[in-house]
Amino acid sequence: MAQPTKTPTPAPAGRAAAKKELSEHFKQYKHVWVFIEQERGHVHPVSWELMGSGRKLADKLGVDLAAVLIGAPGEALNAAVAESFCYGADLAYVCADPVLQDYRNEPYSKALTDMVNTYKPEVLLLGASTLGRDLAGAVATTLLTGLTADCTELEVDTDGSLAATRPTFGGSLLCTIYTLNFRPQMATVRPRVMPMPDRVEKPIARVIEHKLGMVEADIVTKILAFVPDRDKATSNLAFADVVVSGGLGLGSLENFQLVKQLASVLGAEYGCSRPLVQKGWVAADRQIGQTGKTIRPKLYIAAGISGAIQHRVGVDGADLIVAINTDKNAPIFDFAHLAIVTDAIRLLPALTEAFRKRLSAHTRDRIAS
Amino acid sequence: MHIVVCIKQVPDSAQIRVHPVTNTIMRQGVPTIINPYDLFALEEAMRLRDKFGGEVTVLTMGPPSAEDSLRKALTFGADRAVLLTDRFFAGADTLATSYALAAAVRKIGSSIAPVDIVFTGKQTIDGDTAQVGPGVCKRLGFLQLTYVSKVVNLDLQGRSIEVERRSEGGVQVLRSTLPVLITMLEGTNEVRRGSMVNALSAARAEIVKWSAQDAGVEDIGKCGLRGSPTVVKRVFAPTPRAEKAALVDPAGRPPADALIEEIFKLRPKLEDDMFQLARGF
Repeated sequence: MAQPTKTPTPAPAGRAAAKKELSEHFKQYKHVWVFIEQERGHVHPVSWELMGSGRKLADKLGVDLAAVLIGAPGEALNAAVAESFCYGADLAYVCADPVLQDYRNEPYSKALTDMVNTYKPEVLLLGASTLGRDLAGAVATTLLTGLTADCTELEVDTDGSLAATRPTFGGSLLCTIYTLNFRPQMATVRPRVMPMPDRVEKPIARVIEHKLGMVEADIVTKILAFVPDRDKATSNLAFADVVVSGGLGLGSLENFQLVKQLASVLGAEYGCSRPLVQKGWVAADRQIGQTGKTIRPKLYIAAGISGAIQHRVGVDGADLIVAINTDKNAPIFDFAHLAIVTDAIRLLPALTEAFRKRLSAHTRDRIAS
Repeated sequence: MHIVVCIKQVPDSAQIRVHPVTNTIMRQGVPTIINPYDLFALEEAMRLRDKFGGEVTVLTMGPPSAEDSLRKALTFGADRAVLLTDRFFAGADTLATSYALAAAVRKIGSSIAPVDIVFTGKQTIDGDTAQVGPGVCKRLGFLQLTYVSKVVNLDLQGRSIEVERRSEGGVQVLRSTLPVLITMLEGTNEVRRGSMVNALSAARAEIVKWSAQDAGVEDIGKCGLRGSPTVVKRVFAPTPRAEKAALVDPAGRPPADALIEEIFKLRPKLEDDMFQLARGF
């Protein structure tokens, strides 16, 4: 076993580190950037959601909002660049090269790191997708700057710092994190957390092209194949208009079928809270919450879910949240719009039947009218 | 072949409670576990070892009590455990954590055996950032393979590795060159149970304990709170909505009917939308 180290105790860093003392070098860093994620010819919707957030930050700071695009030259990239302006970009930085056809960490992190070092943004936002997280972690480490993952709120503080809020401690509390003395201030945001901004038809404005400076021979990792997912249905949860979900209050895997039955009658998607995934009752891609999917449905019915923050941040964007729970002190009653204090196991079958009748009665009305 | 698996001891988040009055975390008595995602990394590492030969070293950074998680990993079948523990590491964010862990991996490489693969879980359940893996990787200058669902092929002679990697909308099959850092996706393998023999030897095994100095950390200023570019300014409980949920009072009606009435009263347009949806439009 090692001897205890003799190095003196460090000065309490909390205070010193919490003070803003931005170096002259970092004061040159200006403007807000959003990384526009494209995969296989499509822009990930999270990028447009981030453009909405980025626009607000840029306006508050009185700076430009730039879209950053990395990819192979061609129609898809051109279309994505054009689209960026319709979602609020003042300018676009584009790194186009054939080796950027599909995402790989090496060329993409080189491109983004070099662009940051050349054009010096103060804020850099990326989607917390598999691509975004792979890229953001690598780029932030190379730049030796702060990166706040999975933010649920982005604000500009009075001193112009980015205040990034995210759930912490397994989702029971929120914390606001600053990168005071390093630039850029990086943050990732999960899909569907921020609302989709309106698209406004606009012409392409300023586009700045950046050379990659890397050839295929420089890149070690090779893509041998891409196998698209066969089951597209599961990925619909995030975009569903109606979602029914269940939690531990259902008591058993058997009772979870009641959630599925209601969802089926409604043509809705079904989901669950984290404990049900941990118990192995429901597949991980059905989990709703901080570590699962974020949803923004018109109607969200939560049966037997107590409503920890971890779950709440995943459903806060729902237009109408309906809670079914036996415990009227459950946290979900603090953020649901409508609630009924009753046992979900008893109510769900009745609700399924009542909805079936109601929606077929609706059919009769329509045919009659 | 030498594989290092980075694990983290985390509070069992399912059992964390917030004090109802002070809104502070009640950590007392919350049991700690190995971050569940890390178990898939550990299992995959041990499978490769069992197939190709070599050793698996588990590494964690944490308080002295993190030794429990390392012993658990030895019970599962890891060959060696290193605990990186020092007060200088306290309060580290992801950048400072990756600095310390990378230093320890280098030290493991130079003092035990060169490292071919570093495994981590895809993220932790307490921090949820998924950033430390890529951070360690960049600092080591290894090739980065995140969200790996399967190691398809490993050619130690040719120093090449093929993996399946989860990406948006599908799976990438990638070939890269050792050394690599792999973050392992959950549910990708069946984590083995610890054997009785391993449990007995794990209880007696010596855990290698390194301070920052022992691990060859060059700059203490890059560790812990001091080395962290991010600053947590505020921790707070979420504000409840101005109004609590409106409670549905069945008032003699069947509760299900009452609930549906109230839903459509609050959102009249929803009925038409749901009609379309139920009919499969």
